Amino acid sequence: MKGKLILEDGSVFTGTLLNNIKATGEVVFNTGMTGYQEILTDPSYCRQIVTLTFPLIGNYGVAEKFMQSRRSFVNGFVIGELCDEGSNWQLQSELADFLTRQGVPCLYNVDTRAVTRRIRSVGCMKGIIVPEDATKTEIDELFAVPIKKEVVQEVTTPEVYKMENDGPDVVVMDFGIKQNILNSLHNLGCNLTVVPAHTSAEEVLAMNPDGIFLSNGPGDPKDVPEVIAEVKKLIGKKPMFGICLGHQLISLALGANTYKLKFGHRGSNQPVKNLLNGRVHISSQNHGYAVDEESLKNLPLEVTHINVNDGTVEGLRHKTLPLFCVQYHPEASPGPDDNMYLFDQFWTMLTGSKKGE
Amino acid sequence: MPKKENIKKVLVIGSGPIIIGQAAEFDYAGSQACRALKEEGLEVVLVNSNPATIMTDTHMADRVYIEPLTVEFLEEIISKERPDGLLATLGGQAGLNLAVKLSEQGILEKYEVELLGTSLEAIERAEDRELFKETMNKLGEPIPESTIVEDVASAVAFANEIGYPLIVRPAYTMGGTGGGIAESEDELIDIVIKGLKYSMIGQVLIERSVAGWKEIEYEVMRDGNDNCITVCNMENFDPVGVHTGDSIVVAPSQTLTDHEYQMLRSASIRIIRELGIEGGCNAQYALDPNSNQYYVIEVNPRVSRSSALASKATGYPIAKVSAKIAIGYSLDEITNAVTQKTKACFEPALDYCVVKFPRWPFDKFVYADKTLGTQMKATGEVMSIDRNFEGAILKAVRSLEIGVHRLHMDKMDGWNDDKLIKHLSRCNDERIFVVAEALRRGICTVDEIHNVTKIDKWFLRKIKHITDVENELKEGVITPKLMLKAKDAGLADRSIAEVAGKTPDEIRTLRKTMNILPCYKMVDTCAAEFEAATPYYYSTFHAQEDEVDTSSKRRKVMVLGSGPIRIGQGVEFDYCSVHSVWALRDMGIEAIIVNNNPETVSTDFDISDRLYFEPLTAEDVLNIIDKEKPEGVIVQFGGQTAINLAGALSKAGVKVFGTSVDDIDRAEDRERFDEVLTQAHIPRPKGISVTSQEEAISGAADIGYPVMVRPSYVLGGRAMEIVYNEDELRDYMGRAVQVTPDHPVLVDRYMQGTEVEVDAISDGIDVVIPGIMEHVERAGVHSGDSIAVYPPQTLSSKVIYTIIDYTKRLAVGLHVKGLMNIQYVVVNDEVYVIEVNPRSSRTVPFLSKVTDVQMVDVATQVALGASLKELGFHSGLVPPKPYVAVKAPVFSFNKMADVDISLGPEMKSTGEVMGIDYHYARALYKAITGAGMNIPLNGCILFTVANKDKEEMKQLAKAFSELGFKLVATSGSAKAIQEMGIDAEVVGKMHERSADIIQMIKKGSIHMVINTMTQNQGKNVANDGFKIRRATVEHAIPCLTSLDTAWEVLRVLSFMRERRLVYSLAIQDYVGGGDELA
Repeated sequence: MKGKLILEDGSVFTGTLLNNIKATGEVVFNTGMTGYQEILTDPSYCRQIVTLTFPLIGNYGVAEKFMQSRRSFVNGFVIGELCDEGSNWQLQSELADFLTRQGVPCLYNVDTRAVTRRIRSVGCMKGIIVPEDATKTEIDELFAVPIKKEVVQEVTTPEVYKMENDGPDVVVMDFGIKQNILNSLHNLGCNLTVVPAHTSAEEVLAMNPDGIFLSNGPGDPKDVPEVIAEVKKLIGKKPMFGICLGHQLISLALGANTYKLKFGHRGSNQPVKNLLNGRVHISSQNHGYAVDEESLKNLPLEVTHINVNDGTVEGLRHKTLPLFCVQYHPEASPGPDDNMYLFDQFWTMLTGSKKGE
Repeated sequence: MPKKENIKKVLVIGSGPIIIGQAAEFDYAGSQACRALKEEGLEVVLVNSNPATIMTDTHMADRVYIEPLTVEFLEEIISKERPDGLLATLGGQAGLNLAVKLSEQGILEKYEVELLGTSLEAIERAEDRELFKETMNKLGEPIPESTIVEDVASAVAFANEIGYPLIVRPAYTMGGTGGGIAESEDELIDIVIKGLKYSMIGQVLIERSVAGWKEIEYEVMRDGNDNCITVCNMENFDPVGVHTGDSIVVAPSQTLTDHEYQMLRSASIRIIRELGIEGGCNAQYALDPNSNQYYVIEVNPRVSRSSALASKATGYPIAKVSAKIAIGYSLDEITNAVTQKTKACFEPALDYCVVKFPRWPFDKFVYADKTLGTQMKATGEVMSIDRNFEGAILKAVRSLEIGVHRLHMDKMDGWNDDKLIKHLSRCNDERIFVVAEALRRGICTVDEIHNVTKIDKWFLRKIKHITDVENELKEGVITPKLMLKAKDAGLADRSIAEVAGKTPDEIRTLRKTMNILPCYKMVDTCAAEFEAATPYYYSTFHAQEDEVDTSSKRRKVMVLGSGPIRIGQGVEFDYCSVHSVWALRDMGIEAIIVNNNPETVSTDFDISDRLYFEPLTAEDVLNIIDKEKPEGVIVQFGGQTAINLAGALSKAGVKVFGTSVDDIDRAEDRERFDEVLTQAHIPRPKGISVTSQEEAISGAADIGYPVMVRPSYVLGGRAMEIVYNEDELRDYMGRAVQVTPDHPVLVDRYMQGTEVEVDAISDGIDVVIPGIMEHVERAGVHSGDSIAVYPPQTLSSKVIYTIIDYTKRLAVGLHVKGLMNIQYVVVNDEVYVIEVNPRSSRTVPFLSKVTDVQMVDVATQVALGASLKELGFHSGLVPPKPYVAVKAPVFSFNKMADVDISLGPEMKSTGEVMGIDYHYARALYKAITGAGMNIPLNGCILFTVANKDKEEMKQLAKAFSELGFKLVATSGSAKAIQEMGIDAEVVGKMHERSADIIQMIKKGSIHMVINTMTQNQGKNVANDGFKIRRATVEHAIPCLTSLDTAWEVLRVLSFMRERRLVYSLAIQDYVGGGDELA
């Protein structure tokens, strides 16, 4: 059936509605050309309506092994062509069936470039997906639905679990972690204990880990002040590594500020410059907030990475403590694996030796 | 890393003539590099033998040398110019090979020239098979089991070890020359022998065949700071087995998961790092369609054809960035020219689908083996962009200009199902059309076709979608919903009309009343994430927002480009289109260009004010005109492609600038042209236009044999032949053309005289002739295959006067406004007109360069209404320059088995070179050397000529003998030579003694062959002459099929004994009147 995406500024984009499910959410775009399943199941997109700029989606179907979390947390999916019959040896099901099973509202046959251009000029905003014949009342009601802020709670693991290995013990604070971060740490040799987002500092320290990892996750970092308070208590106690939301929480805990980017960084092609060695690597990114560089003045933090496109902060390290964090996704999935060296860096921090030595 | 401060002057080596495997992409790359270097304030010295290029324009480089690309000439230029650096990775394999030789021979060291960009060591590690294998093994990158052999026995031994099928590739060649897939020992031996011959270093690689796997390519960049990015990946529609240059290619990959995409991306980056490439590089992979297993097939350590494609597909200027890296910059220091805000250190994100489709010369080489394999056969390619695959593939098909506008060939309508199914397994230029026809008829399922062809089901389903929509259109009324569906599936109005039994105009009108119009989108490297400044657009029916702003108040004019490179329409026409755009911009007019060739300069995003990457068909162009509403269109620079659209555009109410559509028709329509000639009192060879075989036969009898026959409205002498009697004429009419009242055939008296070619500019009143060119080969050899000499060397002043007079009268009589090209034949000092083309020609770049008259610039201004007087020109011939320029054709026969190399009225050359000098003979020497002909200084010449040529041959043989050559000849020719009292050893023709001549050629005991054809024997591939000529190609021995060429070679040989051969001057010096005392 025909449907449409309506943005808060009144712009309307037509398409075909896969299942007659309405949606409200913040509309964001991702420019990656592959990895739709990884994006759909990345908990950082919780409650957002995700639009993909690449117009041909579903070409290789979906497979269990590409899941980045237990399910898709997106509130809506806006794409160009939805491939009805994918082609790849790993395909286990078609994308349309997956979306239906996951209950994801999907509007396809949309001019997603037009959507992207709109967001680029106005900024990320609220939007709704409705059938073409939705009444004004229905539309108003949907726009009135507030965008839920308690997203970390929704995506974090309900209970503690382990991924055992022979190496150092690492407590992973799950704010909506991607499976490939866990796999990357585990492959490194770390013995992982994954804990829910609201685990207290005391509980974490009671596990006496060799290091602490703070994961990625959805939403505004300032929406979880209680987590920031716990992170503050953990800093300096153990070597620490944070990614994405984890990076923002560490910054806030140390007194820095974060702000919302106009339309965020979401894609697999973002260049990041490592200021320590001058090298540029291409990274996978998915964030709507960034750490304010100005706010770092007089803090014991040093900027280690910046975005080559807009100069925003992409990585920090503590001037004295074994702590570092990055805004982007070294674990890839989707995207390039140019930055896996950061995991090795964490290993060195944990063990005092280089990976492989 | 900042710019290298020690580099002030850079030598750039171009790629030479256009040949199969090395086309216009290197003009694009070289031009971009020159501009990038000049932008940095560096002095640029350019060497290229190809005059048809933009890069050899005097404003592209400070010093331009149009000289042969040989070590001797390069050394001369280096010693003269003393450049600090050499940039060799942008001139294709030819440029790279030359740089390797310059280094090996110590010339770079001697003159203290730094090789910029990728080091020679890195080049060797990528190109030398053994070193490459070692490097890949070290990295742990899988490559198919392989071995390098230098003889046949080792090849067979390897095959016995690992089995068949095997792929054979010669080391150090371009376009895969001499390679092939061997299924058996016999095939293996055959291919290995050839491959050893073609390899510059006498090595071939034999490896396990992974035919049928997915073929994936990555374009990678690396700077001196070790930053790496991938610009683009591409997936071949045709699985491994077909040369990537002959494959339909899609960008980005469509059937790869993120994991597979990243796996191969990471491999590419590991490889470029390990090799230490600085600049662009291309990596090709075979990916198992049923597992994550892959093999690295090939790495090109330089800017390649794929780089040009990737540049156009993404908007990322690979050549420009490579040039900047070569002079020291790192990727994050180079600005992204597209967004002008972000840096070159990022990876383009595409939000559309790109299709590349090869353009093969099989319309010219009807006898060629059309099978596609590891040896590239395409002369050019087209690219198209849309939001879906269906739209892109059909745009590509429309852009090919092969007489089809959808995935349907009329001739297959006559095939029964069995024949169609049989053809599915044949991998040739028509396979995709066979696939579509099978799906259209519903005689095979997608799975069945996949099992035979190994083409990924995703692609097959897309084609099925197109044919399903076609079948739906056949059934009934075209509702708005169905119309939208058809446009979504990429079908042109014309295709919908054909399927639905309507006219294209009806469909176009219906569609417009339904308000189904295309949207235009921008190619911006970043999927709209950032605002972009590039005016690079494509159309789609698969969108709701048109983002192209056309509200500018400036004057706007559209220039139509020339489409894919093919025999008869090469890079020359791109040169003309680009110059016209530049002229318009200089006039303050907004220039809009439409073209579909990714290899060219015209489709570089910063050439025009607006670039539309679209098919050159009436519908696609009219859609753009509807949107842009330009003042008018210029069609005279885009070759026959653009001229062919003039009628339809004019009919639709579009203003055509320059010569009017009616006058174009007066020049092209046989009967109307006869009227023009009669009125102007200009003679032409007697001839008629016929519409049936009977008419042809009675007409020819009337004119008298031999006659020249050809269909009307053609370029490059397509299907043109000289026939000597009625039987041959009947054969021709039945075989080569389909004569109908709408498609008449021209029958002309064949006059054997001197052919002369003129390019002129007229404003309808005055006529400026920048130069006259005399052809070395007499009429009957296509002008594009002849050696042309400026200024004429043998014409009397009376003849020149007559030519000037006729040219003026024709230009005025045809109301030419802009460029025109006329071919004359001179017989006994009488001048006859053969042909008039009211448009720019193949010789315009050559003539512009040597006469220093900016012909396209002037013609553009004239077309828009300026008078020649205002522009400072006087009617008549521009005084000839004191030097001589020779244009020589270059052929790609070594890529095309089963093609007869003898010259005739059908054009066969793929490119051209120029030789320029104050001495005619040295100019000739340069042209012939530049064309790659290895003239032997001594040794043995074989004569085997037709009876009609024997008298003339005697003189020639005498002259060669006097120069000390040993002569051998077939019995008849030998007898004729012996009559002169000259020794000539008799060799047996093949039916006389088994393969005697061929054996001698193989053994290397013959160093040049002079062979002329007895009438039409060449059409039979089984005859001796054909076999001898092919043998010369396989063994790279010069074979002269025209005695005129032989006389000129003799002239060069005599000259070579008296004077130094290597002398060079920059074009700037020649036209500026420099050193005349060489």
